[in-house]
Amino acid sequence: MTGPAQAARCDWRSLSVAVLLATALAPPALAQTAANEPLAVPIGWLKVVEPDPPILSNLAPPPADTGLAGARLGREDNATTGSFTGHDYQLTETLVPEGEDPLAAARSALAQTPFLLVDAPAETMVKIADLPEAQGALIFNVARGEDRLRGTDCRRNLLHTAPSDSMLTDALMQFIAWRQWSDLVLIEGEHPGDAEFSAALDASATKFGQKIAARKTWAFDADMRRNASAEVPLFTQDFGDYDLLLISDTLDDFDRYIPFNTWLPRPTGGTEGIVPAAWSPSVEQSGAAQLQSRFIELTGREMQSGDYAAWAAVRAVGEAVTRLNSADPAALRDFLLSDQFQLAGFKGRPQSFRDWNGQMRQPIPLVSDRAVVALAPIEGFMHQVTELDTLGTDRAESACTAFSD
Amino acid sequence: MRCLALSAPLLAALSAASMAHAAEIWITNEKDNTISVIDVATLEVTRTIPTGERPRGITFSKDYSVVYICASDSDTVQVMDPETGEILHDLPSGEDPEQFVLHPDDKHLYIANEDDAITTVVDTETQKVVAQINVGIEPEGMAVSPDGNIAITTSETTNMAHWIDTGTQQLFANTLVDSRPRHAEFTHDGGQLWVSSEIGGTITVFDARSQAELGKVRFDIPNIHPDKIQPVGFEFDEKGEYAWVALGPANHVAVVNMKTLEVEDYVLVGRRVWHMAFSPDMSQLFTTNGVSGDVTVIDVASRNPVKTIKVGRYPWGAATRP
Repeated sequence: MTGPAQAARCDWRSLSVAVLLATALAPPALAQTAANEPLAVPIGWLKVVEPDPPILSNLAPPPADTGLAGARLGREDNATTGSFTGHDYQLTETLVPEGEDPLAAARSALAQTPFLLVDAPAETMVKIADLPEAQGALIFNVARGEDRLRGTDCRRNLLHTAPSDSMLTDALMQFIAWRQWSDLVLIEGEHPGDAEFSAALDASATKFGQKIAARKTWAFDADMRRNASAEVPLFTQDFGDYDLLLISDTLDDFDRYIPFNTWLPRPTGGTEGIVPAAWSPSVEQSGAAQLQSRFIELTGREMQSGDYAAWAAVRAVGEAVTRLNSADPAALRDFLLSDQFQLAGFKGRPQSFRDWNGQMRQPIPLVSDRAVVALAPIEGFMHQVTELDTLGTDRAESACTAFSD
Repeated sequence: MRCLALSAPLLAALSAASMAHAAEIWITNEKDNTISVIDVATLEVTRTIPTGERPRGITFSKDYSVVYICASDSDTVQVMDPETGEILHDLPSGEDPEQFVLHPDDKHLYIANEDDAITTVVDTETQKVVAQINVGIEPEGMAVSPDGNIAITTSETTNMAHWIDTGTQQLFANTLVDSRPRHAEFTHDGGQLWVSSEIGGTITVFDARSQAELGKVRFDIPNIHPDKIQPVGFEFDEKGEYAWVALGPANHVAVVNMKTLEVEDYVLVGRRVWHMAFSPDMSQLFTTNGVSGDVTVIDVASRNPVKTIKVGRYPWGAATRP
């Protein structure tokens, strides 16, 4: 078909005939630009299963398909666009059970696609990026927050749609600074991830002029569902006065039992209370309600941060393929890291990649159970390039050298 | 945006005719399930009319005998008697109708079904769906050419303007625009199609005949970060010389020279400005400010805001009743 400019107005009673004819005679939409053979865009998702450490609560374990469900929705979103542009998006899913070799699995995934989303421990993620098969590929970290993956351990072929820990803690500290809750105390758990998150909290507190005046390590081994009301008041009594209690409990082992049991009636923040997150079921502005409802329709559950990061990675590939009409990973990498790329990520601002470490810039919602309390960057925190770069390690501070071409 | 306001020549013709009531601007309040009716002479809210859930798009029939309202969360288009505020009947609209446009035949509504990636065409007389057209994800912006031959749907996540042949109800072209297209309008002469991109921060101007891109409008307001300059609704003035563009969280409306595509002025309005409608004599512009819950009245000649009118929660759509 060409244009309808001269077409006579259709008699509505003969519509079905007209539609039938048009369907029979005309190829689908965008026939003039779509290639005859659709361009195949395979995308891989790989998760290395880790043993779950025991936690106190037996309720609401994280969904088994966290991340994967987001990748599937991203593929569906891409495929709709692809139906107009002649791009065929496929998702290959690889689950590496405990005890099996993640590198062998990654090799075979990379044999099928140069675009691989990875949910694996930081060390494994780096090893996958270092595989000979991964050179020239684009690996997306869709799960891990460790700043070293964006710093000393960064890799040229490793992009991050999951926010770094420091982006999350900067977001929280901006909010705390804005509220002028300057006296902070901290409880941290004993898991290695807790120490990393606490370190990020410390650095963010320094960055935004806040002070963590006192800290304690959560060392109880009792079952706090029975003892929280008895133990937490005493445990928090010797903090003295403060404005907000920070909690670093990345496994959500004990943190849920702290609020309302502290000696002084004070809010909590960090992993419990006001929580910085890539995504939350309570995000609804900027069209987010539509993404939430598409996700719920597909999966029957609510969208979590891990789902969002995987969705964003698949959508980033899709957006680049759409704009370039190419699935060449080198061309896509250049485009993704350029100022031409922007992803509408339902958080109110265009999202792009930092060209010095491959981290996706993104607003960080600060959420309670049922609402977005604030959206960082908080108004008033200025930056010479983009306010989004007030969150996380900025270009000048970055220890990553793999991106300097 | 026949959904939100009417074409200038038609308005002029109708305002010349003597009407029984004073001219009004109708505002949909997305989170109050109401319409606020503003009297253009007094600039006061004179009526608040209950609607279905989450009213957004709003447009009058050509003779103003009925008003159509997208009640998004009620999954219907309501048909209301503007005199009494009574709902006459509901039209089948497909799921989650957000925005629509009334064809020049005064009979067919083209409706964007935001959650379903579909454009639904409804015959308002038979009250039947006559076609459903698969489009990109989150369709929103709707336009129809003055001659009625082309309808447009823009899809927010697919980032396209989809061109529909209204003779066959088939897509005949899909053109990429910048991120998150929200609104589309044909120029009065039908020669150009304008599409706003909220996250891209631009308006793309197409040649309506060839679908070729003619240029882009870009915005720049001192002391407001470019990320926050998010064009959404826009309207062309009577002579087709200036486009008035709502810039969302930048809390400004831009005045764009349609020949040069350069911005000549920025007018400060309320918070998160979505859409707008002209008064029947085109001398005043009424903008819906979602977050501040009010309507800013702009004097078109001087390009100054002259009044703020409190309406309901999250005002979204606007339509003129001369």
